[in-house]
Amino acid sequence: MLSSLRTGVQGLWRMSSRTLHTTSSLQHDSLFVHRDTPEDNPNIPFEFSPENNKRIEALLAIYPEGHKRGAMIPLLDLAQRQNGGWLPISAMHKVAEILNLPRMRVYEVATFYTMFIRRPIGKYHVQVCTTTPCWLRGSDKVLNAIKEATGCEVGGNSPCGKFSLSEVECLGACVNAPMVQVNDDYYEDLSIEDTKEIIEKLKRDEKPKPGPRSGRFASEPLGGLTSLTEEPTGPGFGLQDALKA
Amino acid sequence: MAGALTRVIQGSKTHLGVVGSLVNINNGSVRFAQTKTQFGPLADSDRIFTNLYGRHDWRLKGALKRGDWYKTKEILLKGTDWIVNEMKTSGLRGRGGAGFPTGMKWSFMNKPSDGRPKYLVVNADEGEPGTCKDREIMRHDPHKLIEGCLIAGRAMGAQAAYIYIRGEFYNEASNLQVAIAEAYQAGLIGRNACGSGYDFDVFVHRGAGAYICGEETALIESIEGKQGKPRLKPPFPADVGLFGCPTTVNNVETIAVAPSICRRGGSWFASFGRPRNSGTKLFNISGHVNTPCTVEEEMSIPLKELIERHAGGVTGGWDNLLAIIPGGSSTPLIPKDVCTTVMMDFDALVAAQTSLGTAAIIVMDRSTDIVKAIARLIMFYKHESCGQCTPCREGVSWMNKIIYRFVDGNASPKEIDMLWEISKQIEGHTICALGDGAAWPVQGLIRHFRPELERRMAEYAAVHGPSQAERLY
Repeated sequence: MLSSLRTGVQGLWRMSSRTLHTTSSLQHDSLFVHRDTPEDNPNIPFEFSPENNKRIEALLAIYPEGHKRGAMIPLLDLAQRQNGGWLPISAMHKVAEILNLPRMRVYEVATFYTMFIRRPIGKYHVQVCTTTPCWLRGSDKVLNAIKEATGCEVGGNSPCGKFSLSEVECLGACVNAPMVQVNDDYYEDLSIEDTKEIIEKLKRDEKPKPGPRSGRFASEPLGGLTSLTEEPTGPGFGLQDALKA
Repeated sequence: MAGALTRVIQGSKTHLGVVGSLVNINNGSVRFAQTKTQFGPLADSDRIFTNLYGRHDWRLKGALKRGDWYKTKEILLKGTDWIVNEMKTSGLRGRGGAGFPTGMKWSFMNKPSDGRPKYLVVNADEGEPGTCKDREIMRHDPHKLIEGCLIAGRAMGAQAAYIYIRGEFYNEASNLQVAIAEAYQAGLIGRNACGSGYDFDVFVHRGAGAYICGEETALIESIEGKQGKPRLKPPFPADVGLFGCPTTVNNVETIAVAPSICRRGGSWFASFGRPRNSGTKLFNISGHVNTPCTVEEEMSIPLKELIERHAGGVTGGWDNLLAIIPGGSSTPLIPKDVCTTVMMDFDALVAAQTSLGTAAIIVMDRSTDIVKAIARLIMFYKHESCGQCTPCREGVSWMNKIIYRFVDGNASPKEIDMLWEISKQIEGHTICALGDGAAWPVQGLIRHFRPELERRMAEYAAVHGPSQAERLY
């Protein structure tokens, strides 16, 4: 409200006003505040499945006594996976119950991290990296190709409901740029044809082969190795004298 | 997160009255005297990450064949002082961007125990644009990392290691988890690790998408289950860290080279690279090159040779080069004339007013819209800012708005100085180094490409008349 007041006042004064300070109204890609909808409200029960309950016990064992709060992110991730790729409010309440924390502590974490999706999402969440290293290698074309092929707008779901498209920050596969992440897999070294092929396969519910599409296996230079051309050395190679006892 | 730790080094240097080499602090140990002046291609037999490209088996059997887990028990039995001494002799500097001497960092944990357990935390968050080296270690050579955790843990008296891996790296985390399970089953970690009598656990904790969690205190907060908002330092993690206990946070590559250093000797590692910049390094070469790749090379190798030998050269030839970002997005760019002669190590790049960072080389040729490239980086920082402190939250957002106007030229040349001033007001005034990381690319752009910015503004003004900024001020 204050921010719209500021915009209104600025419009009247016709010059930038630094006297009315408000925080920017858009800090995040998705809405911070939860709005109850028919698909996502606290009255829909959420329970972890029996297999997930076993996983929860294993996860909780990692953290020392008194610090089980550390399992917050893994538990929320588990809930998201069980719920088809997005995190409903009742799952957050369940995690708060398991960790014996106020619900607000879970809300804080669920809104802070970008991988927690808090709205219904399609079966295939296509995340396109558009940060500078990928942008230099043509991520704009890849993004446009996906928009055309799926009919999604960035940040939205496709009309058929199967795809969701997001523009994300660096995914950590920069030498294999441009690339996209679909659910858990990386599809790298993409050209426009590769991108279309991947989307077509996903439309038919077939899993495209993850990894680089240009013919290389991982991050070696395409067209021939320039290092590691010899067989790897074996145990004890170059062992120092102090250990040769 | 280079800035904060760089500030620590400056602080400790003046505090201790040490002007010259940091290595002088460790008295009595054998120090390798480097005599080479040419640093060139590394021989395969000197490479540490022999399965970098995943052509061999990454599981325990393959790892054992390549020499991992060899004489680990003997190394552990040598004890804390020996291991830390090897690390100091090797001159290894942190590979996560800040370049803090690792031997010194581990020796900070060498305090008498006050009842609290000690922890090692491995930073596998790898969010810096341009960087994708830790991914190769974790999916193709995970046993080097696990053995490194054990040896580092022994060196600092830790009882467990938490490997914080970014959430997007699901398959890499899966490989790592399988490798850890194999190591537990073979008795290499866990109770009585490798038969040395030392108990050590290794756990994997997956993140959920936040670049800021690559900062060491934010990483600790994230493992504790809170928002990844960095803490103020002091108190340093070596005093109050994970779960309130003494902790050391190290990068994956730093930990993964530790077993090789202990096995082959600190002097062997120090024989590569110039003094105070020793060892080998994984370089990621991306952007406008013919064959982008990850490669392990000697430190202090000339940048031009590195790109031409391993990445097939700049697209369109070396003369088609515009600028290079040498160490991941947080480092200022360097123009072509600097790139032709600069060496890839910490000191040479600091002298060129940039930094080695994570050695993630982003190459941009003359077809690049350089202002847009940097603007996209500032948008990245604005998105990833945690929002805790005002200079970063408001300042980076403000820089983002200004620099996107610079892309079109819808600005006044006076605003270039204003943008510089804003970046200087953010740099050094924030809780963590994300503010510095956002300020530096802008400074690099203004320092080397001011004529380009002014040209755009003149072009815009010729078409649209004076910009709003020009009219108002």
